[in-house]
Amino acid sequence: MRIRTAMENKLKAALNPERLEIIDNSARHAGHAGAHPEGESHFKLIVVSSAFEGKSRVQRQRLVYDALAEEMANHVHALELQTLTPAEAA
Amino acid sequence: MSDNPVFDRIQNEIDGNDVVLFMKGNPMFPQCGFSAAVVGALSNMKVKFKGIDVLQDMEIREGIKAFSNWPTIPQLYVKGEFIGGCDIVREMHAAGELQKLFTDKGIPFEAA
Repeated sequence: MRIRTAMENKLKAALNPERLEIIDNSARHAGHAGAHPEGESHFKLIVVSSAFEGKSRVQRQRLVYDALAEEMANHVHALELQTLTPAEAA
Repeated sequence: MSDNPVFDRIQNEIDGNDVVLFMKGNPMFPQCGFSAAVVGALSNMKVKFKGIDVLQDMEIREGIKAFSNWPTIPQLYVKGEFIGGCDIVREMHAAGELQKLFTDKGIPFEAA
């Protein structure tokens, strides 16, 4: 849970999300390149935040990646991202 | 020319090819589900693209992340513009935005 908790805290601080789901898909990728025996390598995130308003898909994902730069560089191999504004998620 | 030889190689690829996909494996045999999904979207639209297998080239594999300021692979470039990774391409494909992009950029494709 270490990585998941770190990601949750960082995303909350950076994007103040209205809704945040962090789904650990590492088990589905066990044995793949980039998977770690201890897991926490493949995640799916659903982030609903007003910080995404007026931003392109690339800009939105960059906001997430920037917040998680340390995790992306050191541990997380793959992130599936869904980045929505509150209006889009409604 | 930048002072980074890897960036120059990447720039040459995206200057020399209208549609470039930096991916794991090659278009016939993608080595990663996320790369395969983008290949699938492009193939579905019968878009000609150049696949660059980053697994064959560690310099490109690390270089493309810094070049694009994007930490994951695959990465799609169209006419020199960074379009995004797997999630973005999938969303754009589902929303019909990929068709609009290729139309706007003058890239031939067939509507599925």
